[in-house]
Amino acid sequence: MTDQTSRRNFLKMGAAGASMLPFLRALPASAQGNDTLVVVTGATINSLDLHRTGTNRASYQVGINCYDRLLTFGTKEVPGNGLSYDYAVVEPELAESWTESDDGLTLTFKLKPNATFWDGRKVTAADVKWSFDRAVSVGGFPSVQMKAGGLERPEQFIAVDDETFVIKLDRPSKLTIPDLAVPVPYIINSVEALANATEDDPWALDYLHTTPAGSGAYKVARWNPGEQLVYERNDDWVGGPLPTAKRVVIREVSSPATRRALIERGDVQVAFNIPDKDAAELADSLDVFSTPVENCIHCLCPNFSFEPFQDPDVRKAIAYAVPYEDIFQAAAFGRGLPLWGGSEKITDTAWPRKTQYYTDLDKAREHMAKSNHADGFDVPLSISLDLASWMEPTALLIQEALGKIGINVTIEKIPGANWRTAVLVEKRLPLHLENFGGWLNTPDYYFFWAYKDGHLFNSSNYRNEEIEALVDASLHMPMDDPEYAPQIKRMFEIALDELPRIPLYQPALNVATNGAEGYEFWFHRQLDARVLKAG
Amino acid sequence: MLTSFPRLRAILLRLAQAIPVVIGVVVISFLLTRALPGDPAVYFAGVAADEASIEETRVAMGLDKSLPVQFVRYVGDLLQGDLGQSLSSGRPVATDLANRLPASLELTLTALILAVVIAVPLGILAATRPGTWVDHLCRVVVTAGVSLPTFFTGILLIYIFYYLMGIAPSPLGRLDFIYLSPDHVTGFYLIDAALMGDWETWRGAAKQLVLPAATLALFTLAPIARMTRAAMLTALSSDYIRTAKAAGLSNGTVLYRYAFRNSLLPVVTTLGMVFSFALGANVLVEKVFAWPGIGSYAVEALVVSDYAAVQGFVLAMALLFVALNLVIDLLYTTIDPRIGFGAQ
Repeated sequence: MTDQTSRRNFLKMGAAGASMLPFLRALPASAQGNDTLVVVTGATINSLDLHRTGTNRASYQVGINCYDRLLTFGTKEVPGNGLSYDYAVVEPELAESWTESDDGLTLTFKLKPNATFWDGRKVTAADVKWSFDRAVSVGGFPSVQMKAGGLERPEQFIAVDDETFVIKLDRPSKLTIPDLAVPVPYIINSVEALANATEDDPWALDYLHTTPAGSGAYKVARWNPGEQLVYERNDDWVGGPLPTAKRVVIREVSSPATRRALIERGDVQVAFNIPDKDAAELADSLDVFSTPVENCIHCLCPNFSFEPFQDPDVRKAIAYAVPYEDIFQAAAFGRGLPLWGGSEKITDTAWPRKTQYYTDLDKAREHMAKSNHADGFDVPLSISLDLASWMEPTALLIQEALGKIGINVTIEKIPGANWRTAVLVEKRLPLHLENFGGWLNTPDYYFFWAYKDGHLFNSSNYRNEEIEALVDASLHMPMDDPEYAPQIKRMFEIALDELPRIPLYQPALNVATNGAEGYEFWFHRQLDARVLKAG
Repeated sequence: MLTSFPRLRAILLRLAQAIPVVIGVVVISFLLTRALPGDPAVYFAGVAADEASIEETRVAMGLDKSLPVQFVRYVGDLLQGDLGQSLSSGRPVATDLANRLPASLELTLTALILAVVIAVPLGILAATRPGTWVDHLCRVVVTAGVSLPTFFTGILLIYIFYYLMGIAPSPLGRLDFIYLSPDHVTGFYLIDAALMGDWETWRGAAKQLVLPAATLALFTLAPIARMTRAAMLTALSSDYIRTAKAAGLSNGTVLYRYAFRNSLLPVVTTLGMVFSFALGANVLVEKVFAWPGIGSYAVEALVVSDYAAVQGFVLAMALLFVALNLVIDLLYTTIDPRIGFGAQ
C-alpha cells in the first residue's frame, strides 16, 4: 500500500470519528460543507476570560459563545438590516424562571435542572454564586459593569439550594435584570476553576485565561493568539436552540483589503466589523448588515474647562457650523443614522435622537457675533489615531467649517495608547471627538456616563445641577413610571440646549456575509456565533 | 589552548564583545518604553474603569513602584530567563516570541532565498552584458522593486492571483483553517511538517508562503541585484581578470572563479543589511497576509504600551543581529581567506 492511499484511508477513518478529534490534520474540501463557518475579523482575541485585567473587547465574544448567563435578550427584526437583540424582551438562558419580590429587592432564580458544564457536571447555584462573587471581586471593568446593575458585594448573592439562586438588592433598579444578560455575569464551572486556583490567584484568572470552563453553546477547540480561535459545538447545550454550525473558525486578518477579498471570493462566510467604506461598496453584491449601534453617538465635545466654550453662544455657533451631511457621507459613507435637523420640541424618550441643529453658517455667525468671542479664537481639535478612520475626515471637515466662523482649528492627533488618558481620565482636551455607547439601552444610562460631572465619558467637564438630580432620580426608576418620561425629556432639553456634546451621527456596526445566515446584532458589538448558520 | 583554534577564539571574543551591546539594549529599551506616552494602567483597566479600578490595575502591573525598582525587578527576571508577561496577549513574552519569531524568520528567509536566486544571476548577466536587454531588465526590476511599497505589492498580488485568477490560496496566514499546524519543533512549518512526514500540510504551508514571500522578495531583490551588478563590473574591469583572460583561462573560469568570488564580499554585506531591513519591512506584509509574525506583534504591543512585550521584542532582535553579524563575519573569512581574525 502506498503512502498516498494510506493517508486517504486515514482521512476516511478520521471523517467517521470526527467527533472525537478537534480537527483532522487536513480536511478534504468536501467535508467543510455546512458544518464549518469561517469568520474573519480585524481584531485580536487576547484572552478567553473576560474578567481578567487587560482582556480586550474582541475577547468578549468568548464570554458570549462559550459561557451562559442566567438571562439573555430576545430577538427582533431591524427593518432592512436583519436581526437584532431586543432590549425589551428578557429570556432565560441558564435560569428556567425567575421571580421578583414585591419590594423589588429580592430576585429568585430557578436554574434549568438539566444544565451541565462541558465536563458533565450539573450547573448548580453554587457555581452561579462563585461566578458572581468573582465578577464583583476582581475589580476593573467587570466589577464596574456589575455595579451598574446594583450588584456590588458577594453577600448579595445566595445559593439557597442546588437549583435556587437569590440576589438581594440595596434598592430596586430597572437596570438589574438587563445587567444580568450582558456578557459579564457569566457562569463558570467553579469546581474546575477552584481545582486550578492558587493562593495568589483565588479566582483562577491564570487558568481560565487560556482554558474556558463553562456550559455554553461552543467549546474552544483551538486558540492561537494572533491567528485564530476555533469553536466547537457543545451538543448538550440547554441555554437555547442548538447551533447548526458544528464548528466556527474565527480568523484574524488585520488588513481590511484582505478581509474584503476573502469575503467577496466566498472563502469565508462572515466578515465581522468591516469598514463603512467596504460596507457601502459591498452592499450591492453581498449581504451587508449595517445596524445602527444602540445608545451610541459620535460626538464633537467642547470642553467646559476651556474658557471660550463656557459661552453658550460659541457652542451653538459650532453646532450650526458643523457640516453634518458631509461628515456622515465622508466619515461613515452613509452607514448609520443622521442625528441632525430634528424638531426642537421633544415629544418622546427615544435616544439617540435628532437634534434641532443643522448646517447654517448664517445662524452660526449670528451666534458667534452675540458671544464674547466675536473675533474668534484658536483651538486644537484632538482625535485618536486608533479611530482615525472616522475621526480624521470628520476633523478635517469641522476644521474647514469652523474656519468660516472665525474659529481657527488645528488638528492634534493623539496615539491610541494616550487617548484614553487624555480624553477620559484627565479630560484635558479643549475640543475633541468622542464615541461613547452604553450597553444598557436606556437614555438615563447614557446620561449617567456621559453627562454627569466627573463620570468617565463626560469628557467635556460638564456639570449641570438639574441633570445631576434628574439622572440620579431616573437611573433606577422603572420606565413605565409616570414620572420617568417627563424627567427624560427634560434631560434631553437641557443637554441639547447646553451642548456639552454635539451629536454628529449614530454609527453602524457593519457585517458582511457570503454563505451564512442568521446574523444578529448585539449591543456588545461582538459576534454571537450561536445563531449563525450556513446558507 | 584557545590559541590553537583561532576561529573558536575569535567567535568567543565576538560574543564577549556583544555583551555590552546587549546590556545597552536592555537599559535603553527599558527607558524608552517607560518614556512612551500613554498610561498602560488606564489602557488595560478597560473601557468603563473608574479611578479605583485603574489604581488596582496599576498595582497589579507593578507600575506603582519607582523606575529603579521596576528596573531591578526586570533585570532580575531577565537573568532567570523570564522576559515577563505580555499584558495584551496575557502570555509569557518568551512564549509569544517563540511562536512568532519562526513565522517571521521562515517568511524572511524564504523571501531572501528567492531574491538571491533571482537577483544574483540577474546581476551577473547584467554586468557581463552591459547595455543589452538583460541590463535594462535588471534596471527595471530594481527600480520597480525599490519603488513599490510592500503593502501595495502584497495587495496587488492578492488581487491578481487570489481575487481575479483564483489560483493562490486564501491569504489567511501560515496555514488555511482546514489544516492543523504541525507539532512544534523548530517553529518553521515547512521544516516541522517535513520532519513529521506530513506532506499534505507541507504543501499547504508552502502554498501560503508563495505570495507573501514573493512580495518580500520583490522588495529585497533590488539591492542585491544592484550590488551584484556593480561588484561584478568592478571585478571584471580589474587587472587580475585581464591577466586571467590573457593567460587563456576559459570564460566560465574567469567569470565564476575569479570575478564572482571577488565580488561576493559586498554582496554578502548587502545580504546582511537586506535581511535586517526585511525583518522590519515584514510588518506590512504580515498585516496584508494575516501572517502571525513578530513585526505585527511588536507594533500591536507598542500601540498599547505593553512594556514587557516591546522590551522582549527589542532584546530578541538585538540578539538576532549579534548572531547575524557574527555569521556574516565568518562568511567573509570563508569567502576571502585573506581576511583574518587577527585584523579584528
